[in-house]
Amino acid sequence: MRRTTILLLLVLIGCGARPAAAERLVVSLSNHRVQVTSNFAGEDLVLFGSIEPDSGKTTLRSGYNLVVTVTGPRETFRTRRKGRVLGIWVNVDSREFVRVPSYLAILSNRPVAEFANEDTLLRLQIGLDNFLLPQRIGPDIADTVRNDPFRVAFVRLENTQGLYRESPKAVTFLTPTVFRVAIPLPADAPTGSYAIDVKLFAEGAIVARTNSALEVIKTGFEQYVADAATDYGLLYGIATAMMALLIGWFASVVFRKD
Amino acid sequence: MQIYLPIANLPVNIFLIFGMGLAVGFISGMFGIGGGFLMTPLLIFIGISPAVVVASAAPQIAASLFTGFLTYWRRRAIDFALGAMLLAGGAVGTVTGVWLFTMLRALDQLDLMIGLAYVTLLSVVGILMITESMQAIIRAGHGMPADLRRAGSHVWFHGLPLKLRFKRSRIYISVIPVWAIGAIIGFIGSVLGVGGGFMLVPMMIYLLRVPTATVIGTSMILTLITMISATVLHATVNHLVDAVLALILMVGGVIGAQFGARAGQKMRGERLRLLLGILVLLVGLRFAFELVVQPDDLYSIRHVREG
Repeated sequence: MRRTTILLLLVLIGCGARPAAAERLVVSLSNHRVQVTSNFAGEDLVLFGSIEPDSGKTTLRSGYNLVVTVTGPRETFRTRRKGRVLGIWVNVDSREFVRVPSYLAILSNRPVAEFANEDTLLRLQIGLDNFLLPQRIGPDIADTVRNDPFRVAFVRLENTQGLYRESPKAVTFLTPTVFRVAIPLPADAPTGSYAIDVKLFAEGAIVARTNSALEVIKTGFEQYVADAATDYGLLYGIATAMMALLIGWFASVVFRKD
Repeated sequence: MQIYLPIANLPVNIFLIFGMGLAVGFISGMFGIGGGFLMTPLLIFIGISPAVVVASAAPQIAASLFTGFLTYWRRRAIDFALGAMLLAGGAVGTVTGVWLFTMLRALDQLDLMIGLAYVTLLSVVGILMITESMQAIIRAGHGMPADLRRAGSHVWFHGLPLKLRFKRSRIYISVIPVWAIGAIIGFIGSVLGVGGGFMLVPMMIYLLRVPTATVIGTSMILTLITMISATVLHATVNHLVDAVLALILMVGGVIGAQFGARAGQKMRGERLRLLLGILVLLVGLRFAFELVVQPDDLYSIRHVREG
């Protein structure tokens, strides 16, 4: 129901309400396939884009705002809180965050709070505070209030790891209609598909939207090892054990004193 | 130089890992143990997840132990009959250990369990070793014989049924305490990612009265097989063995062990035991500190695998 409303609103905003000023976004990503090799230490991707008039007649406005939301593959995490039990620090409480992005970057040309009113930002999930992070609460799965201590801790910890970030300076307008976005991928960026959602704002409302995607994949040896460990656990284990014995034997031969 | 670990999913400095392998290998060669009780905390400290560390330390310890095992084998300092009996107990302990590891991991209490077990085991073993070796050093200073082992010294459990004669070690005892010790070490080894040599050697000396000539080589049968089976079991059940991490550690470890063994031969037995005791106790205190002092961050995140 809610999604339908949003869609309807988008349609209204996109064509019905402002027929005279329809914009189109054209974007291009520097690299759609990020390869994790043995010396992978993170990578900075660049997304270039331009704001185009939708039809020849429309004129472009000035004062555009752009926000790019990059979401990594969805995974489930548990945030645990330690407490003191009998004098030692133990995990006493935990919350499960169900199928939330393993990487989340909210990149914009200025603080997203200045883009539109709070309702709009919340509805479009713009900003770390407004992004939906569903928790398992009993049998239900729902997002909590923004200042829920587990949610705050989860975002903070992901942020210190460089996996969640909100950067109001990552989008640069080269001309009033041409922009560049820096997407930083940390060294421990999870592998999988990433979605890139680009939203253009003008006068406090969304005026255009487009998508792109990228993939972070292990290649060659790394992929081979990871696959083997998951799919052929027993063989992999035996191979690792054999490797250990071989190296142990080799050392005893090389360093033999007599 | 950074290298990406395919199972731990993070890049590490290859020289740092190699250096840790060297250092721990040195200690392991010096004292004739696997060194897992040092390696595991070090790896956790540099940010690799404890579960991956415990699983990946096992093959590294196996490599170190196999080198030592071959050396003792050439010297005919291994009692295979006694080793086989320890192993029988060890097999039961290892399987139980991997099962408990998997269960505790699901319950979010693995870190606590590892921490508590380390504190208890290391402190107790450390203090016992320090006391014993100090006494030996004092006795040696007074010109008394340093060897504690007296002919005919007997503890009640040596007389339990199923007595066997272990020829090479020249002891005649019940196999029940031998099985029990094997099971305890196998269990601890697979849960904590340590070979358990630092506990097994003293247990064999003080409880089973195994002579020092055969004790280390024989203990290596159990710890070696435990670590090999732990590698295979962790790989099959938990898929957490990082072969790249293990390989770097192994190469460092076996090289370090050679220098350690040479350094160890120049020292007297009781001095060596005192040193090891102090080291063990320090690592134990480090873990105790972590459990007792309020952590910087009360919150932590763990990745949940969807099943």
